[in-house]
Amino acid sequence: GTMRRLLGGLPRRLPRRFRAGFSTRVHEESPPILERDPTLKRTGDVRYSDELITLDPTQIPDVPAYRVMDESGNLLHPQRNYGLSTDKLVEMYEIMGEVMVVDHVFMQAQRHGRISFYMQNTGEEAIQVGSAAALEDKDHVFAQYRELGVYLSRGFDMQQVAHQCFSNVHDFGKGRQMPIHLGASHLNLHTISSPLATQLPQAVGASYVLKRRGEGACVICYFGEGAASEGDFHAALNFASTMDCPVIFFCRNNGFAISTPTHEQYRGDGILSRAHGYGMAGIRVDGNDMIAVYEATKEAREYAVSENRPIIIEAMTYRRGHHSSSDDASAYRCDKELKWWQTNNDPVARVRMHLESLGAWDSDKEAELRQLHKKKVMKCLNAAEKAQKPPMSDLFNDVYAEMPPRLIRQKARLDEHLAKYPDDYKLGKFASEDVYKSSK
Amino acid sequence: KNLGCVEPRDCLSPTPAEDNPMFRNLAKGVTACWRETVSASKPDSLRLGMGLRGMATASAGSSSPAGTKRMNLFTAINEAMVIAMESDPKAVVMGEDVKFGGVFRCTLGLVDKFGNERVFNTPLSEQGIVGFATGMCSIGHTAIAEIQFADYIHPAFDQIINESSKYRYRSGSQFDCGGLTIRTPYGVVGHGGFYHSQSPEAVYCQPGVKVVIPRSPTQAKGLLLSCIRDKNPCIFFEPKILYRSAVEDVPEGDYMLPLGKAEVLREGTDVTIVGWGAQLKHLEAACDMAQQEGIECELIDLQTLYPYDIDTLETSVKKTGRMIISHEAAVTGGWGAELSAKVQERCFEYLEAPIKRICGLDIPPSPLVFEKIHIPDALKNLKAIRETVTF
Repeated sequence: GTMRRLLGGLPRRLPRRFRAGFSTRVHEESPPILERDPTLKRTGDVRYSDELITLDPTQIPDVPAYRVMDESGNLLHPQRNYGLSTDKLVEMYEIMGEVMVVDHVFMQAQRHGRISFYMQNTGEEAIQVGSAAALEDKDHVFAQYRELGVYLSRGFDMQQVAHQCFSNVHDFGKGRQMPIHLGASHLNLHTISSPLATQLPQAVGASYVLKRRGEGACVICYFGEGAASEGDFHAALNFASTMDCPVIFFCRNNGFAISTPTHEQYRGDGILSRAHGYGMAGIRVDGNDMIAVYEATKEAREYAVSENRPIIIEAMTYRRGHHSSSDDASAYRCDKELKWWQTNNDPVARVRMHLESLGAWDSDKEAELRQLHKKKVMKCLNAAEKAQKPPMSDLFNDVYAEMPPRLIRQKARLDEHLAKYPDDYKLGKFASEDVYKSSK
Repeated sequence: KNLGCVEPRDCLSPTPAEDNPMFRNLAKGVTACWRETVSASKPDSLRLGMGLRGMATASAGSSSPAGTKRMNLFTAINEAMVIAMESDPKAVVMGEDVKFGGVFRCTLGLVDKFGNERVFNTPLSEQGIVGFATGMCSIGHTAIAEIQFADYIHPAFDQIINESSKYRYRSGSQFDCGGLTIRTPYGVVGHGGFYHSQSPEAVYCQPGVKVVIPRSPTQAKGLLLSCIRDKNPCIFFEPKILYRSAVEDVPEGDYMLPLGKAEVLREGTDVTIVGWGAQLKHLEAACDMAQQEGIECELIDLQTLYPYDIDTLETSVKKTGRMIISHEAAVTGGWGAELSAKVQERCFEYLEAPIKRICGLDIPPSPLVFEKIHIPDALKNLKAIRETVTF
């Protein structure tokens, strides 16, 4: 497609060569003892040089980020067809709008004490909705926590998000985790966990199974540039490349890991530059250009599935919100920087302006959408808040596939204790076992 | 003697519940000849059957009873994996160096039988191994993941405790990694020093995982098969010192031993002694020596450390009134501490003496030249037995 022409094509069957240096003066004859011994099972050819070369990373240019439109939503190449119909684009724009309204209202709800915690996606809507649109339902998703748009795109609806945030009886996760730790097995959306980067090697294992199944599916795994410093990142990429796994490592490089800016997180050329070290392909994309993100993910997916090879996508963006409701970003970054990104490079605005330039959107439609979303989110919020919490048995179920004797005994003792103090433990808010069964 | 075997196809998720009607005598799934062997043979030779000098074993000259085959621990473990892989097309064996057979030969021949896709080496990363295996299991595969030495399992602690153990619970049972079994050699081996000798089982006993430790080839095969087929992530610690030296007649074919069930190896009236894995050979020796002095010890193999069979311990201590727990790992915070606390809760009025723990010292385990002095051997346990019965 378009990308291939720009970047000279993605590697097919990457040759396993070990490049010793950039020298052109290669020793013509290898000494006899270094002749290849077929029993040694070497994994690559070693070429020799009589010139001592030190690789200098500052001499390697940073890889540019692919973009399709400028900050005002104008296509850089108007004639090009990027494979997204206007209708589909509008649909995606509406999901971006949903992300925004959920972010706004749920953050307020947290400030008002209605939910305990929330994490916004502000500034990363294009990454989420753009990448999700390039996937198929059979692909599995392992996310970090800032991927609401991916979940909404795949059918995890707003109401279910609200249920999870309120830890109520309708939550698929049975109210056990903090808000936004979403998961839905029927949508191949693996349940989110707080520890960073733990999902990466798991994503690789899952992709190995998908490869075995031969159904042409892949895994996409999202994480931030901060999480990429964890040991699990290294383990995952090394495994994926060594074992030929169809997995897309999607890095949201949004400039911050809580308060830690990227220059305190790594020193190389972002996360993409590491791909080479693992013998892996990689793409850098403008994360605030939804169409570019879509194209990049589509290309990556095709590569992963057809070659059974992993690939990194590093999407460059900016986290406009706080890290979470427990954070105040003004403590470590200046307002000027934030305002610049809000005004000059807003992923949602870029899509809107693009749609307006196509005549497919206008301010009336915008007002109508906002109304619709506002109504919807308030309805979801209130319904979730009113619902009961899961029944007491969900405290003990699912620790194991079957409840071991110890938990049966502990439950019996707890039930006895709770029966004595129902009001102290506000038992009224927990569903009875009958309500629970009927709600499933 | 009832070893509590279950029919392999009967119980895909063996449960420890004492009232589970599936635990019955060795009727199905095991040949009739073995049943005969079990009832006819000396109890101690089948229970331990270790080919160590001084220990009771089937006599060297005799051939194995029908339906059994003489083999050592690593071969029994290998057999379990062969059976697991044959019966489950979604099972894979993975880890460092497993392809050529593994550093302890447990995975010998598997790649020839099952191919590269199902038996594969991983790069050298324990957190990667467990994370990858967890991910495989999250979408329905069965991963038998080897950690080369239990001393190296710690980089995987995060994946095991934060991820695998919580996978089902935190997802509302939408996802699980029940197909995960981690196998790893543990324990002193004579010359292992700090990093080839550890017994870290206690810290891995956490909600959501099962921790299982076999004492012999027969137990290992049956327990490993149960772990692999159990619908929960399991950690199977293999006593490395017994890989070659423990030899016995192991039943052929597919059989499983129940998880969550302790086994009384020797009945007695004077003191209950609890241990697991390689420690039982020291305890058996101590019991023999105590018997010379007229002390009858009841010896129990815990087998599953988490969740453990408190009822068997309780029944025993209520009978004897005295208890000794013995394990290689350091005494403070070792698994004996948990057992001691629980048993005194259940049996306080029945206890005639404080519960003793004869364990490793509170030093990094195990300093090479001092190993034989450091470990809780038969003599230390004999001393404890004497003290306990005369308290």
